[in-house]
Amino acid sequence: MDMQANVLSVRGLKVDFTTPDGDVKAVKGIDLDVKPGETLAVVGESGSGKSQTMMGIMGLLANNGRVTGSAKYRGQELIGLPLKGLNEVRGAKITMIFQEPMTSLDPLYTIGRQIAEPIVHHKGVSFKQAKVRVLELLKLVGIPDPERRINSYPHEMSGGQRQRVMIAMALANEPDLLIADEPTTALDVTIQAQILDLLRELQKRFGMAIVLITHDLGIVKHFADRVVVMRRGEVVERGDIEQIFEHPKEDYTRMLIDAVPSGAKEPPEDSAPIILEGRNVAVDFAIGGGFFTRATKLFRAVDGVTVRLKRGQTIGIVGESGSGKSTLGRALLRLLPSSGHYHFGDKNISNFDRSAMRPLRKELQLVFQDPYGSLSPRQTVGEIITEGLRIHEPQLSRAERDKRAIAALKEVGLDPAARNRYPHEFSGGQRQRIAIARAMILKPKVVILDEPTSALDRSVQGQVIELLRDLQEKHGLSYIFISHDLAVIKAMSDYVIVMKNGKIVEEGETEDIFDTPHNTYTKTLLAAAFDLE
Amino acid sequence: MFHFVLRRLASAVPTLFIVVTLSFFLMRFAPGGPFNLERPLPPATMENLMKAYHLDQPLWNQYLQYLKNAVTGDFGPSYIYKDNTIAELIGKGLPYSITLGSYALLLALFGGVIIGTIAALRQNSFLDFLIMSIATVGVTVPNFVVGPVLTLVFAVLLSLLPAGGWGDGSWRFLILPMIALALPQLAVFARLTRGSMIEGLHTDHIRTARAYGLPPRVVVITHAMRGALLPVVSYLAPCAAALLTGSAVVESIFTIPGVGRYFVLGAINRDYTLVMGTVVLVAIFVIVFNLLVDILYGLLDPRVRHD
Repeated sequence: MDMQANVLSVRGLKVDFTTPDGDVKAVKGIDLDVKPGETLAVVGESGSGKSQTMMGIMGLLANNGRVTGSAKYRGQELIGLPLKGLNEVRGAKITMIFQEPMTSLDPLYTIGRQIAEPIVHHKGVSFKQAKVRVLELLKLVGIPDPERRINSYPHEMSGGQRQRVMIAMALANEPDLLIADEPTTALDVTIQAQILDLLRELQKRFGMAIVLITHDLGIVKHFADRVVVMRRGEVVERGDIEQIFEHPKEDYTRMLIDAVPSGAKEPPEDSAPIILEGRNVAVDFAIGGGFFTRATKLFRAVDGVTVRLKRGQTIGIVGESGSGKSTLGRALLRLLPSSGHYHFGDKNISNFDRSAMRPLRKELQLVFQDPYGSLSPRQTVGEIITEGLRIHEPQLSRAERDKRAIAALKEVGLDPAARNRYPHEFSGGQRQRIAIARAMILKPKVVILDEPTSALDRSVQGQVIELLRDLQEKHGLSYIFISHDLAVIKAMSDYVIVMKNGKIVEEGETEDIFDTPHNTYTKTLLAAAFDLE
Repeated sequence: MFHFVLRRLASAVPTLFIVVTLSFFLMRFAPGGPFNLERPLPPATMENLMKAYHLDQPLWNQYLQYLKNAVTGDFGPSYIYKDNTIAELIGKGLPYSITLGSYALLLALFGGVIIGTIAALRQNSFLDFLIMSIATVGVTVPNFVVGPVLTLVFAVLLSLLPAGGWGDGSWRFLILPMIALALPQLAVFARLTRGSMIEGLHTDHIRTARAYGLPPRVVVITHAMRGALLPVVSYLAPCAAALLTGSAVVESIFTIPGVGRYFVLGAINRDYTLVMGTVVLVAIFVIVFNLLVDILYGLLDPRVRHD
């Protein structure tokens, strides 16, 4: 193949990191070609080296990183290119957008200035001259009212808008190649669809090539021309879309394609008793106000929602960020001030305060999304999972607690030796198992699972879902499963509640909701999640 | 913004009141009094003095009287510097302290930020190690050691600079006390800047700036440093208040006629009014600088802007 015809041509690229525990080979000598105007998807799970490949090419590795091999932009070698030369390519010929729309923009400057910066530096014009172009770009990426928004700061915009700003920045100098590193992972599904549509439309218009780095094969199918599958720093398979999706050669590729969680849950019998009920749940948050001043506004996060959870049932609560789904979960457990009527079993817990709730906490457990933030880094796993026992079953001896810890760890599929180690020694999936063990050791009746799989790779996600389903069957648990991920909701729950702006827009048995949704918003969500066309 | 400043100034009134009240009573509970000298005074003289300064009245009356006078700007006469009022003493000394303190503050701030930034950019290099070692020395070696050493080297051995005094107020007289005063604060600024610059250089938006080919100068100064300055600015208020109100040690070593020595002299001599005067002075400086820093903070960081 003629190398000159490629926008980007990578040969034998290696990325190594020097760490106190020795060198880590993140990318082990890979080849890639990107043709003009095409979309190449680089797919892999965390740790596959897909991002580090691009960071290495762009000279953006962390200080302890080292890149070797060759990466040519239209014949010009980028590896080892002095900073001055590299800076003529980055931001002008090759641009990037990143996963974190919240932090990728400088919080201290207006978005107008930040979009203008690459224009000013590459074209040698003044900020004033660049303003016309910035307004044009903002219009192009669909930011409403650009004349006003040009003076906005990043914190005044939503995640989707910030990602649009990043795209505007990426297009500013009409690049040949746009590298999009998980551009929609942090966004809601409906926003994700909009951003991908925008990228596709802009690509059609300006003809740049796109390298899409992602873990999500669902996006790839509708968006890319060719796919490179990476695993542990190596390319395991490559081909065009049809080939990869219709006839994958490697087991790993097949696993990634099939990794969309499967299965369904049977609803409990009609006679099953209601175990947790919240009627007309409403939660208000105060906005503004300080130490001496009264709150200026009340924001209604949950607005008159009724939830009835039967024994053995899993209610899936689905909604986008800000829909109030997590707040509802916490209100049902009486973890924050809320109004409404609450029953747990045959107890009316509407007026229970903190201390009245405490004996019930054992039976009402919560598992969080972030397996990194929700486990104390200074406690051993054993201490973390037995902490609840010390409070709720203080009569247990140390040996008995240890026995329970061993049983709980075994139950979630971890080696009991794990209890003497610290959370940072475990992977994301393992940490989530630890968090589940912490809840299960108390033998709860109801577990609220708040996005328990959202921070995990698809393959690990499947395992955690499997585990949760097994535990439910074994112990007759009732779950409230909160997620933005419709595929996971479908696999886990027998009843679905769709929330938007603090209200229920639709609810019903899982099958009905997914097969015959009635509400427009539900339809939009489903369309965005399962069919990007 | 205007409302913000007004609100803050209004809240300064109760703060000052609490500071004055606390120090008034604490001071009186300390043993001894302004006229308990090494050679005791004859009882009749003592009684007259107490009467003359209203010290024979109940504490509450004295307190109310002090408050009443203080509101009108009268902080009373000094018990030790008998011919001067507190206002005169402070009014005379403060310009010296402020002049010296301002230079020291500028040196500490700019010096500290610059070397802290250099250290951050060369993180874990020999230069970084060297700068931070010197900074540690700067914090740990007290200025009653730094001052005499500077005098010994530059005034006595090299005869380059005067050993002390204000002279005509030219830089030759100011440079040594300025360095002695600034050094510990410079070291603090350097450490603060280094820490927040290192953090700042690893943020996602710095990665964005580099990915867009912005020159290193822009990446470091425009993007990394502005954010990194926020903790530095927070420290600016207590530091400025401390430097501008003079240092007893440095002013004594270099015989500067500032207000710094009054803190020590007032306390040792139980010169109640002088101590109260210095306390109010520091409190006002702290309040004013905290307000200025909060305004500056808002200018640097749009997320905390006061509207």
